[in-house]
Amino acid sequence: MIGYLTRRLGQALLVVAGVVTLTFVIMRLVPGDPAVAYAGPKATPEQLAAASRQFGLDQPLHVQLWNYVRDLVTGDWGTSLRTRQPVREDLFTAFPASLELVGAALILAIVVGIPVGVLAARHKARLPDLGVRLGSMLAVSVPVFWLALTLQTVFASHLGWFPVAGEYDASLDTTSPLTLWTNITIVDALITGNWPIFTSTLDHLVLPALVVAAYPAGVIAQMTRAALIEESGQEHVRLERALGFGETTILTRFALRPALNPVLSLIALVFAYSLVNGFLVEAVFNWPGLGRYAFNAITSADTPGIAGVTLLVAVVYVLVNLVVDLLQGVIDPRVRTR
Amino acid sequence: MTVVEPRRRLPRMPDRLAAFGAVLLVLIVASALFAPWLAPYEENDPRPLDKLLEPSSSHWFGTDHVGRDILTQILYGGRTSLAIAAAVLAVSALVGVTLGVVAGYAGGWIRDVIMRITDIFLAFPALLLSLALAVVLQPSVTTVILAIAVTWWPWYARLSASVAASVSTRSYVDAARCLGVPAPVIVWRHVLPNSITPVLVQLSLDAGGVILTAAALSYLGLGAHEPTAEWGLMVQQGQALFTTNWWVVTFPGLAILVTAFAFNVLGEGLRSALDPRRTVIR
Repeated sequence: MIGYLTRRLGQALLVVAGVVTLTFVIMRLVPGDPAVAYAGPKATPEQLAAASRQFGLDQPLHVQLWNYVRDLVTGDWGTSLRTRQPVREDLFTAFPASLELVGAALILAIVVGIPVGVLAARHKARLPDLGVRLGSMLAVSVPVFWLALTLQTVFASHLGWFPVAGEYDASLDTTSPLTLWTNITIVDALITGNWPIFTSTLDHLVLPALVVAAYPAGVIAQMTRAALIEESGQEHVRLERALGFGETTILTRFALRPALNPVLSLIALVFAYSLVNGFLVEAVFNWPGLGRYAFNAITSADTPGIAGVTLLVAVVYVLVNLVVDLLQGVIDPRVRTR
Repeated sequence: MTVVEPRRRLPRMPDRLAAFGAVLLVLIVASALFAPWLAPYEENDPRPLDKLLEPSSSHWFGTDHVGRDILTQILYGGRTSLAIAAAVLAVSALVGVTLGVVAGYAGGWIRDVIMRITDIFLAFPALLLSLALAVVLQPSVTTVILAIAVTWWPWYARLSASVAASVSTRSYVDAARCLGVPAPVIVWRHVLPNSITPVLVQLSLDAGGVILTAAALSYLGLGAHEPTAEWGLMVQQGQALFTTNWWVVTFPGLAILVTAFAFNVLGEGLRSALDPRRTVIR
């Protein structure tokens, strides 16, 4: 296990190093001089040279890469050209909002996806199965930005059941200000017993979370169905059938547990995907997360901002993969020798 | 034990759904190919007097903010989307399969190096790397193709490497090696043809995802732009008018949904029919 652990950790470090280099290369490809973007169009040549020196742009490329890595490791993720704040602080406020959205969506997806997958497996090749397969296929095929716009227009603009945009009612900041613990609004509101903000956030979460949940719910349902159908061909299921257990009991009580193993690693992998898919949803619902930050960075050519978001999400992805692999190594020793 | 009454079962469901997807796909491809003959109006024919008309018998899907017939634009938009998908899949399969087959056949450090590089590219979620690249390059259809292909090839490299590795242990490969056949010829004549089936299945599964990503990039203004007809772009242009003119966003979005759905259903059906776990090692 120790050998597997170090090998896998080394691999992850290598990937992170590659990710950093690639991000650096992409950033250097950006047309236009970052010094000009920072100093502004009316800057004098002296100011430009000063900005150039400040960012180390007058150094050769490999020195710049080295400086970049050194800064990253020491926690300096650069200064956003748009907000003029350290990128790390910007990400620190934006990331929790994205986590909140994706977390809510994944909970929703699991709560819907697994039972629906069980239902399809129970009635394999009959009407409920067809319905679930059709529904899950539609859920993974729907363009998120379009679904977001549609739900927003129908349920917020026309019917007025839910708020149109934002994370919570901004006027609550004055009437019942929120104490920050985790930076995740809904969690903080719950811990501190701030009910006005809690209910308002919940209200604002429903539509965007539904949209983000569509893809993972579809994938989870398909995976649960497939894993259950495969599991019900196992020997132990024949035994249970012979002992006189009903089909539903067999599926939910005996087959579901082993079948959930691949589903769990799927959930971890779909998390990173949903995080980025959520960017589009954040743009539509003006959710104050990473996605909105990324789009603002893109429209204002804020390279440090874009690089920061790219790096953060890539590192999260590597970490999630690492955790999944290590957990599987714990559960299933055969994985370690691969 | 409960007695299960013999019910009338539907014939095997996957086949039905997959067949449905195939028929849908043929219709979509045909309507894109024959757009000039099928479309009721000229492509990109703004008529200022016919702005934002509701769906009617003369404009089935209504007209947009400059008076173009939306059905016509959707038909022509299908050409853009399908062309993007075809180009992305061709480029990424070419790059991915080449590297993958070489890695799988060569093994050793060559395989390690190639696989670590694919790991790095896989660490970037596709949409994000495409976003970053689409910002760097000028917004255009070519940008979309390049940006998505960059994130897509590692999957084919990984898949074909594992298949090629198992094919390379076959006795006919050993025999060829003993006869002194040069390695490139072995890879080209023996390993590649026997490793390609799973890749083909994966291609049909991926086409839906490519179409969704391409539409998302165009929706964000990083891809196709006027005067190219593109579904994601149509949604973007219509979103400000969505509350008052529902048809400007609804129909282009449905076009994306139906196309991605057709590809996904067909790919799923092909996968379960061919069952890669069995076809990999024949």
